[in-house]
Amino acid sequence: MTSAATTIQASSVGVTVWSWITTTDHKRIGIMYGVTAFVFFLFGGLEALLIRAQLMKPANDLIDAETFNQLFTMHGTTMVFLAIMPLSAAFFNYIVPLQIGARDVAFPRLNAFSFWLFLAGGLFMNASFLVGAAPNGGWFGYANLTSTQFSPGLNIDFWLIGLQMLGVASIAAGINFLVTIVNLRAPGMRMMRMPVFTWMTLITQFLVVTAFPVITVALVFLMFDRTFGTTFYSVAAGGDVLLWQHLFWLFGHPEVYILILPAMGMVSEVIPTFSRKPLFGYAIIVYSGLLIAVLGWGVWAHHMFAVGMGPVADAVFSSTTMLIAIPTGVKIFNWMATMWGGKISFKTPMLFALGFVAMFVIGGLSGVMHSSAPTDLQQTDTYFVVAHIHYVLYGGAIQGIFSGIYYWWPKMTGWMLNERWGKAHFWLSLIGMNLAFFPMHFIGLLGMPRRIYTYDPVLGVGAMNLVSTIGAFIIGLSVIAFVINVFYSRRQRVEAGMDPWGAATLEWSIPSPPPRYNFAAIPEVVSRLPRWSDTEMKAIPAEPEGEIHMPGGSYWPAVTAVGILILAVGALVTKLPIVLGGVAVVVVGIYAWAFEPFEM
Amino acid sequence: MSDTALAHYTSTGLDSRKIAFWTFLGSECLLFGTLITTYLVYHGKSVAGPTTEILNIPLTSVSTFVLLMSSLAMVLALAAVTRGDALFARVWLATTALLGSMFLGFQAYEFTHFVHEGLTLQTSLFGSTFFVLTGFHGGHVFIGVVWLLTLLVRSFQGKLGPDKTLQVELSGLYWHFVDVVWIVIFTVVYLLR
Amino acid sequence: MTEHTEQQGHPSTATYLIIAAILTIITLVEVGVFYVPALQGVMAPILLSLSSAKFILVVMFFMHLKQDHTLFAAIFTIPLLLALSVATALMLLFGVLLN
Repeated sequence: MTSAATTIQASSVGVTVWSWITTTDHKRIGIMYGVTAFVFFLFGGLEALLIRAQLMKPANDLIDAETFNQLFTMHGTTMVFLAIMPLSAAFFNYIVPLQIGARDVAFPRLNAFSFWLFLAGGLFMNASFLVGAAPNGGWFGYANLTSTQFSPGLNIDFWLIGLQMLGVASIAAGINFLVTIVNLRAPGMRMMRMPVFTWMTLITQFLVVTAFPVITVALVFLMFDRTFGTTFYSVAAGGDVLLWQHLFWLFGHPEVYILILPAMGMVSEVIPTFSRKPLFGYAIIVYSGLLIAVLGWGVWAHHMFAVGMGPVADAVFSSTTMLIAIPTGVKIFNWMATMWGGKISFKTPMLFALGFVAMFVIGGLSGVMHSSAPTDLQQTDTYFVVAHIHYVLYGGAIQGIFSGIYYWWPKMTGWMLNERWGKAHFWLSLIGMNLAFFPMHFIGLLGMPRRIYTYDPVLGVGAMNLVSTIGAFIIGLSVIAFVINVFYSRRQRVEAGMDPWGAATLEWSIPSPPPRYNFAAIPEVVSRLPRWSDTEMKAIPAEPEGEIHMPGGSYWPAVTAVGILILAVGALVTKLPIVLGGVAVVVVGIYAWAFEPFEM
Repeated sequence: MSDTALAHYTSTGLDSRKIAFWTFLGSECLLFGTLITTYLVYHGKSVAGPTTEILNIPLTSVSTFVLLMSSLAMVLALAAVTRGDALFARVWLATTALLGSMFLGFQAYEFTHFVHEGLTLQTSLFGSTFFVLTGFHGGHVFIGVVWLLTLLVRSFQGKLGPDKTLQVELSGLYWHFVDVVWIVIFTVVYLLR
Repeated sequence: MTEHTEQQGHPSTATYLIIAAILTIITLVEVGVFYVPALQGVMAPILLSLSSAKFILVVMFFMHLKQDHTLFAAIFTIPLLLALSVATALMLLFGVLLN
């Protein structure tokens, strides 16, 4: 079946399920990423609430050790790979082409493929719950706990195969967005005129395409050890379990910058808009982002200060870790300087952006405390680290993402989210997270290790754990407030118009939601802040002059993703016919995709 | 700028697919870099089984030469497609695929011989690192051969004219990259044993 | 589709044949060096230099990086250097280099 290219003048292309399955429109793909990721965010949140329920008092017996291991493993894996990354991807997809004045991404079908493979990977990994074999080795899967000797069930296989699927999806998307930003900018949109969100997206994709191959190899080694009896992580054969840790963290540290940079980009859009002032030190913020990406490759072993690498290695990684605080700190000052002297409007996007700045500073401070190897020896593998990661990932990434959600919601839907419910969401979230995570600094320093399913009353951390649990449930309430906001606001349908916030960048120059082709005429950009600039940019017409040619849909990306899923299932149950069946579907999918008439 | 011109406007004046492919190759540098580094890290640490003395330098030198010549055939194929020479496009594409297959043949022989000599994936660190590293590389060569044969078929269908130069160029980039990775592997695994 | 400048400055068939001949000669030298006992001590630097030369020749001429836009060179070289740095760091950490 051919997918005919169609000329589109109206905004939507069908409302059928099939139209969504075959869509190659970056806006639709962005919405699918967002909705799917939010559902997984709820899963991850539920896992967190169960963990906190178990830990709310010492010697609790609500959840047994094995289930607990599965819960914290899936909580971490889900939040990192199935929530934060794809939530960011939702915005890469929807917003970046709009910000650079493009009609779509460079490779629309590859874009669709990345989404379907992400969905397949997320479903695959969570299907493990249905067979009582959810991953249970921690989100970082240390060897040789993950060997067949110590993890005989399917849990780790679900984990490593699922992650490989997600990795392929991410690398494909990484290449796609990188090329889009480099090559599809509107005339006049020089690199140093791009919005900061687009810059941070570009830098993130560079990290994705360079870091993911490393974990791909690490997981291949693990899979081969488990399935084919190789000896990569086998102590008996002379192997070194630290190989896994090095390879994992070589990926893992750039990964945390992959998690935070997009949120930093979002906040860099919101703060200037709601301060009615251009971003202070745009160039410095861009260079800081680049520096973070480069330095981010040099700090990985700070996750390994307790393994005995020796004083030289410890000192080197301590130094690089301390150094990387600098570009991050610079950004904080730039955001504050942006607000200084501005006319601040405390709408919900701004509240979350401010929450980001404040909470990320706290998370950054505990991070700097970790950078000193001797100090870290007390802190590592305790709840102190859990405090740190949640301040930067919830206080930072999640708040940043909600800032983006509230900010760009009107553009994507055409209607406004309610301010009162938004504020309720924000305050419940802020109070909840501080109650949940601040005590963890003390709990950790008092000696409670991570990843334990229960603890002795004698430790004296029962009361603080209870406070933490209450905080977690308050976060849960805040998420409910958000969901209520969505449904309530949808019924109210307060029209957003093109530019409800009075913002500066290109995406606010087109209708909300944008038509299929985004821009009736591709703009000729003459400044960094097209809507705030004195230099006149020619107005974008309401209607296109002639017909605009947009590519149609295709189902081959989805078919190829399904093929990989079949392959994955075959690998999981180690049945060669299924693997070969999957390969066949993939091959057919790729060839059909390559040869179908699809005009860009 | 007219919308038709804008439809194909690019910020760099370069084809997006070529930029994408070089990005992919950059990503592959990390992939193979990790595999090769693991081999080096575990080099000499095996506690059992045959190790590097099992490697056949003369034979692998020949297969290395074969792969290098296949890169020559590949650039000649690209040149032929560019100038619209269908006959030589087919000759050189087929030659590249053939030489690539010969390389795989050498590798298949090598693998079976090693297994015969008592070196398998499970035997030792050397077995694991050697077979996975060279196996991954061989897998890449295999995919390359399939790609080349696909192009060959397209040529016979009359669908590989000069307007399709980029497609052949990208397959060439892939092929040369795979060759370049082998240059590193040959030195690091076979000669620097 | 986009432009034509990158197709200019293609090496000629003769150039390709010369490069192929150089690659062959370097390979022969590499294998030769391998069999010379006196060179055992300096084997690594010699072989690494020779293989680097082959690497660069293939990338610059067969893959056209020399004639093409520098963007491609940047896109390839940065991850390559990253891979080399990571490899070096790991070898140091595992005591393979300078042990």
